[in-house]
Amino acid sequence: MTVASPTAPQEAGIRTDTAAARRALRNQRIAEVLSAWSLAGPALVLLVVLFFLPVLSVFAIALTDWQFGASTLSFVGLANFREVVADQGFRASLANTLLYVVIVVPGTIVLGLAIALLIESGKSCRAFYRAIHFLPFMATLTAMAIAWEALLHPTIGLVNQTLAGLGLPSANWLRDENTVLPILAMIGIWQNLGYAMVLFLAGLKAIPQDFYDAADIDGADLWFDRLRTVTLPMLGPVAMFVFIVVALKAFETFDTVQVLTQGGPGHASEMLLYTLYRESFEYLRTGYGASVAVVFLFIVVALTLVQARVMDKRVHYQ
Amino acid sequence: MKSQIYQGSMTGSKSGIRFERIGKSFGATSVLRQVSLNIADGEFLTLLGPSGCGKSTLLRILAGLEVQTGGSVAIGDRLVDGVRPKKRDVAMVFQSYALYPHMTVQENMSVPLRMRRLSPWQRLPLLGRFLPGTKATAAEIELDVMRTAKALGIGHLLARKPGQLSGGQRQRVAVGRAMVRKPAVFLMDEPLSNLDAKLRVQMRAEIKELHQRLGVTFVYVTHDQSEAMTMSDRVAVMLDGELLQVAPPQEIYADPDDRRAAEFIGSPKINMLDGKLRDGALVDVAGTTFAVAADAAHGTGLTLGIRPEAFHLVDAGGLNVLTGAVRLVEHMGSDLFVHLNVPGMDQPVVARLLAERAPHIAPGQTLHLGVKPDRLLMFAADGRRLRGGDQSDAKVLRMKERVQ
Repeated sequence: MTVASPTAPQEAGIRTDTAAARRALRNQRIAEVLSAWSLAGPALVLLVVLFFLPVLSVFAIALTDWQFGASTLSFVGLANFREVVADQGFRASLANTLLYVVIVVPGTIVLGLAIALLIESGKSCRAFYRAIHFLPFMATLTAMAIAWEALLHPTIGLVNQTLAGLGLPSANWLRDENTVLPILAMIGIWQNLGYAMVLFLAGLKAIPQDFYDAADIDGADLWFDRLRTVTLPMLGPVAMFVFIVVALKAFETFDTVQVLTQGGPGHASEMLLYTLYRESFEYLRTGYGASVAVVFLFIVVALTLVQARVMDKRVHYQ
Repeated sequence: MKSQIYQGSMTGSKSGIRFERIGKSFGATSVLRQVSLNIADGEFLTLLGPSGCGKSTLLRILAGLEVQTGGSVAIGDRLVDGVRPKKRDVAMVFQSYALYPHMTVQENMSVPLRMRRLSPWQRLPLLGRFLPGTKATAAEIELDVMRTAKALGIGHLLARKPGQLSGGQRQRVAVGRAMVRKPAVFLMDEPLSNLDAKLRVQMRAEIKELHQRLGVTFVYVTHDQSEAMTMSDRVAVMLDGELLQVAPPQEIYADPDDRRAAEFIGSPKINMLDGKLRDGALVDVAGTTFAVAADAAHGTGLTLGIRPEAFHLVDAGGLNVLTGAVRLVEHMGSDLFVHLNVPGMDQPVVARLLAERAPHIAPGQTLHLGVKPDRLLMFAADGRRLRGGDQSDAKVLRMKERVQ
């Protein structure tokens, strides 16, 4: 206070002023908090009701012997998980899923990138090539699976007829335990290819021309030098995104299995999500199905975390 | 006054450059029109012009990044039309620096050497390093990179990535990547425009020193006249795809060939006064008469160009003196910029006066500004420079007598 000798009434006035100001400030803060909650609230409620509660109930059901539609249930602890680990069917399902992912993810990324590079390097019909490669991703997979079934039919299917016409040996692709998983993986690649391609095309467009000019001047003008010096490193962030999305989609494969093979022959094409569905809704062993869901959830979350942690460091260069 | 230093020294040069009637058009848009230019071995030549004038395109044609529509380019004694950039022995520094973001400084600088000294097989990932000779060559490359980095003062940054460097450091790395393989020609495309003003002045001096040290040909593109004036042996002023004038900086400033070149160079801008020629030796501008020597017909419209510093204070009006009211005074330390409203002219005239000679100038005051006849530049209506014959003092005196 710089005023030399403030008189009493003035001082009192200042005091009430500051009290009023403080009150106003507090009211303003309360209003801010209220509006923040009212804005975030609806989304929060939806998130809790549609996401957190179901996940929690899956965890809870996994610890019981509840059967779908039954009116009683009892707590069985980790018995379901013990059964999951011991179950041959589940092990086969897990192994199939991993093999499927290992084929589909690299296949989709390499082919998607190759097609994107080809389209980008050509001058004509770009929109056409983009469209025909993207179509499978837009179509309903169930319908497409039926089309594939017709193509792969052992006697009247186009694939076998073509092979026979060329004098090559044919096979019953979807009923042979050696071919069924690779065939499903091939359909998976065919379906995701367009998605990866579109993302890579966008990534290629975003690479500044200056880098290619610099590479030319530096002498990196052969196609694989350009690819290694500029294109692939600059596509790093896009490739990481494609990797994660395609890997998650591959883990969740269900439609093709359900429509084409129903997990057969034997357990040869059974995959995690299909096992989960069958245990829960066909055999009505909901407790057991829930424990499969928990295992599935852990795998997916772990995968995402590892990918994000490891790859984030290697593809963002700042 | 025309400089002959660099002309005609092309024969036997290692890295002289010859542009012969270069044309370039993108569809119907013509970007370069019949540009011919000789650059001597070891010269620092600046292509100066506003954005869109075609200067960068000319540089990119020289680098081989762009193919000309017509004409030919030679580097040294060799025609390089259709030759890949790699084989032209040129290095380039980009405005964006174009440093590979995923590589360290060391890796960035070794790219040009790796591409030249290692075979495609030796460059293969993993496998390449086991091929005979790879290890020895790689060690040599590392040594060369180290040496260049030390010379540029970036030796301590070799392990960093471009994202971790400041603007000035990135600029140096870009120069280092160009320098490391000892090219015959250095190309620079606005290399300083992403730096702040202070750093720009500093890097200007460093690039100039680099040129003196390396002694190779530099072709430098900029829209900044101060960069062009301070660094170049010669400046090529470009506008709308054509060369207006190619000359040493001081010559372009004092003796411009074209009105547009005169207007582009100099700050504050040159004063342009429109007038009419009378009796073959006098120009009337806004109530004042200027004595000139022009070989043009009576009544020809022409423009007088007067640099701001060509004015000096005089006591009274008369021949070669502009009179007007002071509108604005800008103090620049040693100089004053005086903006003068001259009756009959829409634009104020700007004069640059020495502060010590013009101590008490205030807005509203009436000033008389005289111009020495040899500082008057005349331009024809089409922008061409009109050079008078002899403008000796004796002749001017005769004029003065006739006027009075």
